[in-house]
Amino acid sequence: MEALLAYGFLQRAFLAGVSIAVACAVLGLFLILRRDAMIGHGLSHIAFAGVALGLFLNILPLAAALAVSAVAAVGMIKLKDRAGLHGDTAIGILSSLGMAVGILLASLARSFNVELMAYLFGDILAIEPLEVGLTAGLAAAVLLVVSLNYAKILFMTFDRESARVAGVRVARLDMLLMVLTAVTVVLGMKVVGILLVAALIVIPAAAGLQVASRFKTAVWVSTATAVLSVVLGLILAVEINIPAAAAIVILCFLVFGLATLLKVMRLRAAPKV
Amino acid sequence: MDLVGVRSVSFSYGGPPVLVGIDFAIRDGDFLALIGPNGSGKTTLIRIILGLLKPSSGSIEIMGRPSGEFTDWRRIGYIPQKATHVDPFFPASVEEVVAMALMSNRKAWGSAGRGEILRVLRQVGMEEFRKSPIGRLSGGQQQRVFIARALVTAPRILFLDEPTTGVDAETQASFYDLLDLLNEREGITIVLVTHDIGIVNKHVTQVACVNQKLVYHGSHGDFCRSEVFRDMVTRGDHLIAHEH
Ligand SMILES: Nc1ncnc2c1ncn2[C@@H]1O[C@H](COP(=O)(O)OP(=O)(O)O)[C@@H](O)[C@H]1O
Ligand SMILES: [Mg+2]
Repeated sequence: MEALLAYGFLQRAFLAGVSIAVACAVLGLFLILRRDAMIGHGLSHIAFAGVALGLFLNILPLAAALAVSAVAAVGMIKLKDRAGLHGDTAIGILSSLGMAVGILLASLARSFNVELMAYLFGDILAIEPLEVGLTAGLAAAVLLVVSLNYAKILFMTFDRESARVAGVRVARLDMLLMVLTAVTVVLGMKVVGILLVAALIVIPAAAGLQVASRFKTAVWVSTATAVLSVVLGLILAVEINIPAAAAIVILCFLVFGLATLLKVMRLRAAPKV
Repeated sequence: MDLVGVRSVSFSYGGPPVLVGIDFAIRDGDFLALIGPNGSGKTTLIRIILGLLKPSSGSIEIMGRPSGEFTDWRRIGYIPQKATHVDPFFPASVEEVVAMALMSNRKAWGSAGRGEILRVLRQVGMEEFRKSPIGRLSGGQQQRVFIARALVTAPRILFLDEPTTGVDAETQASFYDLLDLLNEREGITIVLVTHDIGIVNKHVTQVACVNQKLVYHGSHGDFCRSEVFRDMVTRGDHLIAHEH
């Protein structure tokens, strides 16, 4: 293992992977409690359109995906608020549209190639230094923004009306949360791929929610699950040559399974009064 | 002094009018019961007062200022009607629930905030539950925690929207005693929305009766002698028949 760490590509993979894991784990908690768990899924499909657009226009795919997803995230909120659409309906519509546009652009650009595959399935071991810097920096920004607004976001997640009366700007924080999620999804794309980035947002947070009775505990369990899965998944990928993204998601799921078992056992031992 | 002025407020959600020409004031120190049957517009009126809905016409004044210019919202406590529907698995301890309000309002928090949280939890008799998950408490206990959350920012006025729905009679009585205490000892103005006028007998000083219009507004004593009250009694209104 020590020998492995001597490789630059592995150091980069660990750094990018852990950054993404922490950001996903924290955002995922709020999203699940807001009943917005599928937003990661929706945005990842839209990010696909962004990547295809980047390849089509021959600009940095990550930048194109970032712009497209952020716009779509704001659009989803507007659809929900203005048009009175249910959140999951808005996600259903925009995610299919994203996929359709992505496929169209990719075929026009004749770029159904290795590069597109890397975005679809993740290719963390091939991540470039610039992308690592971007990922770590933006993940740090996500964490900073969330920790500065932690109480407010928790308040409005728990009781939106009271939070509004107490002066929490809920509409602004909604927007902020969506844009942060969009950024995280786009960055997570390179780690586990478009198809699995939603898993990194939902599964570790769900594991945390299974066992925690305090919010702080949920944050720690979720973060630990995501980080552990990414680190172990990467090691497995290198050592026994399996796809890193698949290993990461399956590991997340195993922790979730354990957490669920724990919860069921606890509920049995101490029935609710 | 008037804490809240409701000035000829009318409102509709886009369909038929829900509130028409509501005009009254809430004075500092009042314990006001806002009563009316289901669907009479009580919740809507509270949400208009709190700035969550804009009136179709008329205006709201809070502490002498138009509500649009009022900024010190920490002085206003609100416990919404649906606060009783807590997700049983929401991962927050009682302490964390109270802290939400404190940390949302103050940039810095720490040991000072912690002392404050313990103080308000003691005040509502929930200190020993401070580590408990909010979702595992009974409805009555949750309401006390929400009051503590409102108290932590030292409010002048508390709005409670049907806080005792689904709570047994005994718990309800001790809950009203707590409101009494806050009103008399702490001087906090209380606005209690209810469709249960049993409570009116014991605790409140003022009664406002809403049913699209303001049917009655005055002191508790006058209310009991009023025609509105007599009508309710003789009609066997569900306001009275309401038992848990
Ligand atoms: N969001 C809404 N959209 C449309 N109509 C509503 C909405 N909320 C309440 N109403 C209607 O407004 C009336 C008053 O409701 P409400 O203020 O909740 O009454 P109360 O709290 O006295 O039971 C009812 O007829 C109700 O159906
Ligand atoms: Mg109501």
